[in-house]
Amino acid sequence: MEEVKLYGFGPSPFSYRVIWALKLKGVKYEYIEENLPMKSPKLLQHNPVHKKVPVLVHGGKPISESLVILEYIEETWPENPLLPKDAHEKAMARFWIRFAEDKYPTLNTFFRTVGQDQQLAIKEALKVLQILEDQALGNNKFFNGNTVGLVDITFGWLAFWFDCIEETAGAKIIKSNNLPRLHEWIKNFKQIPVIQENLPSRDKLLAYLKTKREKILSRIFIPNGH
Amino acid sequence: MAEVKLFGSSGSPFSRRIEVALKMKGVEYEFIEEDVYNKKSPLLLKYNPVHKKVPVLLHNGKPICESVVILEYIDETWEGPSILPKDPYERAMVRFWVKFLDEKLVRSIGEEQEKAKEEATEFLKILEGTLSGKKFFGGDSIGMVDIVANFIAYWFMIPQELAGIDVLTKEKFPKLNEWMNEYLNCSIIKENLPLKDKLTALFQARFQAFAAAAAASVK
Repeated sequence: MEEVKLYGFGPSPFSYRVIWALKLKGVKYEYIEENLPMKSPKLLQHNPVHKKVPVLVHGGKPISESLVILEYIEETWPENPLLPKDAHEKAMARFWIRFAEDKYPTLNTFFRTVGQDQQLAIKEALKVLQILEDQALGNNKFFNGNTVGLVDITFGWLAFWFDCIEETAGAKIIKSNNLPRLHEWIKNFKQIPVIQENLPSRDKLLAYLKTKREKILSRIFIPNGH
Repeated sequence: MAEVKLFGSSGSPFSRRIEVALKMKGVEYEFIEEDVYNKKSPLLLKYNPVHKKVPVLLHNGKPICESVVILEYIDETWEGPSILPKDPYERAMVRFWVKFLDEKLVRSIGEEQEKAKEEATEFLKILEGTLSGKKFFGGDSIGMVDIVANFIAYWFMIPQELAGIDVLTKEKFPKLNEWMNEYLNCSIIKENLPLKDKLTALFQARFQAFAAAAAASVK
């Protein structure tokens, strides 16, 4: 079997998407932690266009962009399928994956804002989450149905990173009473052994997010010099 | 009743992508023109409740939304020339470039002029590089990246002319200009471009709205 390497970064939810997919399929791989913001020569060589993690290298050939990597993994290792077989259901899965990507900035704006701006950002985030609650989850345990799939993996960051982001930014958005289905999905997702065993350290993530938010806020409050 | 229906708009490059793909596969379909600026039909809103946008493909009564998602669906559902390659690694490369086009270039159309010009130039340079030794992004025949790049050939050039900006010049981008010639002369594309006069008139009336819509849609 050809060698599989994954270039990732500890706090990055995008790296974890790839880890989860590889582990769910039982694919052996070597993990290389990038020391961001410094980027290794290998990373720049493998992802010259975006210079970002994650990058999967299979048999020496690099693939960038977490969602592109997920589709590649699904097609290359068909055991334990993570996408539905039916063409229309597969299209619906891809629709929600794109939705997740498009709305990622909206769901994170409250982290970069304060006061009125933050209140507005929270409102916008709630609108997006309500769509997931009402239209994406249905009555299923997971977005993919009874078992976890690529859509769940794509939204996986909501199950762990989101509440750390909430805590750091001083906001509480997903609650058991306002988004019950999503709240339940978070619980179920985190109970999957592969997910449970492959999450970053909460303390380390909180520390990382705290520093990040401090930097962002210092830029908002630059005093006018005279 | 037609088995395949397409809710679209003749001024929309996203909608045109789907027509090209259906024609490539020889699929008969009914086209329903939506008045996207003034009044969207109740059916469109029913079939795309999340985004309320064109294009929407309806196949056997089931809707599929998002042009790139529809293109993948068409490739998987109907026989005929491939829109995506068969090899998983090559498919990953195509998906990478499709994402790049949709996220970087379409967005840059919505930005204000100087910033748009700089960003677009940077991204076009990267695209130019991928065309080395190839007639089309897909090789000898058009593929998904070419279909998705349709907006460069028309929807990018015309606003450029109207705004008097010159980004895609022959001197700076010889390969992309050559690609555009091949592309526009390719019969399946030629038959699926709106008349230049009509499109120019549409743009003159809608320049701002289009830029905002293109930036917001990214579909």
